[in-house]
Amino acid sequence: MIKIEKRNDVPMALYFFTPFIAIILTILGGGIIFYILGFNPIEALKFYFIIPISNLYGFSELLLKATPLCLIAIGLSFCFKSNNWNIGAEGQLTFGAIVGGGVALLFYNQEGFYILPLVILAGAIGGMFFALIPAILKTYFNTNEILVSLMLVYVSKLLLDYLVVGPWSNPEGFNFPETRQFSDSSRMPLLFEGLRIHAGIFLALGAVMLSWFILYKTYLGFQIKVSGLSLKTAKYAGFKGKTMILIVFMISGACAGLAGVGEITGPIGQLHRMISPDYGFTAIIVAFLGRLNPFGIIFASLVVALTYLGAETAQIFLQIPKYTGQVFQGMILFFLLASDYLLFFKVKILNLKKNELRH
Amino acid sequence: MYKNFFRYLISAIFLLGFSVNSNADFKVGFVYVGPTGDHGWTFQHHEGRNAVEAAGIKTTFVESVPEGADAERVIRQLAQSGHDLIFTTSFGYMDPTNKVAKDFPNVKFEHATGYKREHSNVSTYSARFYEGRTILGHIAGKMTKTNTIGYIASFPIPEVIRGINAMTLAAQKVNPNIKTKIVWVFTWYDPGKEAEAAQALIDQGADVIMQHTDSTAPVQTAEKAGVWSFGQASDMQRFAPKSILTSIIDDWAPYYVERAIAARDGTWNQQDTWHGLKEGMVAMGPYNSAMGADLVKEVEQLQKDLASGKVHSFTGPIYDQKGNILVAEGKVADDGMLAGMSVYVKGVEGDIPK
Repeated sequence: MIKIEKRNDVPMALYFFTPFIAIILTILGGGIIFYILGFNPIEALKFYFIIPISNLYGFSELLLKATPLCLIAIGLSFCFKSNNWNIGAEGQLTFGAIVGGGVALLFYNQEGFYILPLVILAGAIGGMFFALIPAILKTYFNTNEILVSLMLVYVSKLLLDYLVVGPWSNPEGFNFPETRQFSDSSRMPLLFEGLRIHAGIFLALGAVMLSWFILYKTYLGFQIKVSGLSLKTAKYAGFKGKTMILIVFMISGACAGLAGVGEITGPIGQLHRMISPDYGFTAIIVAFLGRLNPFGIIFASLVVALTYLGAETAQIFLQIPKYTGQVFQGMILFFLLASDYLLFFKVKILNLKKNELRH
Repeated sequence: MYKNFFRYLISAIFLLGFSVNSNADFKVGFVYVGPTGDHGWTFQHHEGRNAVEAAGIKTTFVESVPEGADAERVIRQLAQSGHDLIFTTSFGYMDPTNKVAKDFPNVKFEHATGYKREHSNVSTYSARFYEGRTILGHIAGKMTKTNTIGYIASFPIPEVIRGINAMTLAAQKVNPNIKTKIVWVFTWYDPGKEAEAAQALIDQGADVIMQHTDSTAPVQTAEKAGVWSFGQASDMQRFAPKSILTSIIDDWAPYYVERAIAARDGTWNQQDTWHGLKEGMVAMGPYNSAMGADLVKEVEQLQKDLASGKVHSFTGPIYDQKGNILVAEGKVADDGMLAGMSVYVKGVEGDIPK
């Protein structure tokens, strides 16, 4: 018979170490999959994890890809730490991009240093507003924030579809579903000539610093952590639960909105239907892989970004199907959850006597 | 020391240049928007790639590349890793293709269905799918009992409007009472939405369904409902053997082989290609025997005439929905007008979404 028991003393060091175990297991698992598919596993893994970042361009692409993931995951960490399950970051990203993009289009033929800050601010406010919907419904009407935030993803995507097909479509664009190109004044400045890495990375780094400060140095951070550990304790302590829920959702939405605005004013330069390859969902993996810790999230966003780049490189050079990238992301999450389980619970195999088995 | 460094650098660049241009290393890259197994758009481009391989030229492909920020990186990686000719096979790759082309003047780029050729190493190509629509319209006009043709449309871009108009004009020619009903699904590939649209059209009395979207869901819905349908992009007959009357097939293979050989041999030039039935870029699937031998003979003749140029899909008089003349009697629409087509012809129901 198997018995599962909760462990009482889980060392913190091990808690932060399991993500590395998950990554190592994922790499091993990936090697086995490549072997089964008929590829040399060492060679395949090299093309997956080393070749993509073996030059400056590749490294800048890694940072470019990690930037939105990091931003969104930082925001999500506030929600998840306080037991608020915001699954709709993709929708908040999209809505932020819509509002920010709307401002950019308003100024499409104008110049001015103030335009880009306005666009960025609009994106953050857009994301914040969109995250407030599930937050208000949860606090005042007791709805389930998982369902509401998830369903709102479709609302925002359909709204984007409508805008780029209809009122906002490029008048010279033959009705193709895209807006005009934004003017240079509403584009993120590039950091280096010839590379795509842009000033948006500072938004992500700023968010990391700020979130570390809020979570570990302020009363609000203390409230968030206590609410995450025990809602009852939070109540006894007299924390205003509703305000806190609204605040964490607003932070989360603003971060996702910034990620959206970073994409459209950075590498994309216009609004169309494909502004995000589901960054909002992938960032959930990033947040957990980073242990909801601001610096852990930086590391996790780089690892997950690499799985995207690796999948492309492996297909270009070895013709390995590109969907292995998603398999890798799934495996990371699986191994992380599995090792967490073994970390928090003991599995005991009991030796039973014969008469006990009869029951 | 610096002098030496630059000497090495320059020779390295030259070496790289020569190795890229030598015939033995000649490679062609393909960027696909969907998975190779979509049985529609990407599937056919992949078939074209197979033909290039069969012609003895090395190829590489990357599938399911989102039309957002990722496209530029994939195209650039292909250019950097020694590919000499790169086909980017979806409209959304237009700006990334032109951007990368600027940085790699020695690499040739071919962009499908776009209109921007900002650098001399970028060509564009597309097919005259509307010629196939003319054949579908002729068949639909003859086969319908309810005089209602259902059309599942993707986006109100000229290519799609052109298809709707070409089909309607041909159907009117054989059946003046015909009505074309359109459902806009605003997607190229979404089996769920496409199936719903097909069902909605059938419920509104359409007994012939056609699609300008890529999944096999509409033909399967038509098969179930017992109405006629047409395959899109590839021969979809095996998904709805009873319902499908024929398919419009995009055959990119001859073009891809021709352009790959031209690039290898140094005869590649910038072009804007628009090929149709004549060159074989548009082909028709097998005709369903349920059409009857006479109708099959008729459309086979029509197919030949369209290919030879004896018949043009847009021959005047053509009127818009309000009755204003678009193409005068005895004239045919020129390519400029076709390329920018943005109004319905008379007989199409509803408005173009704005």
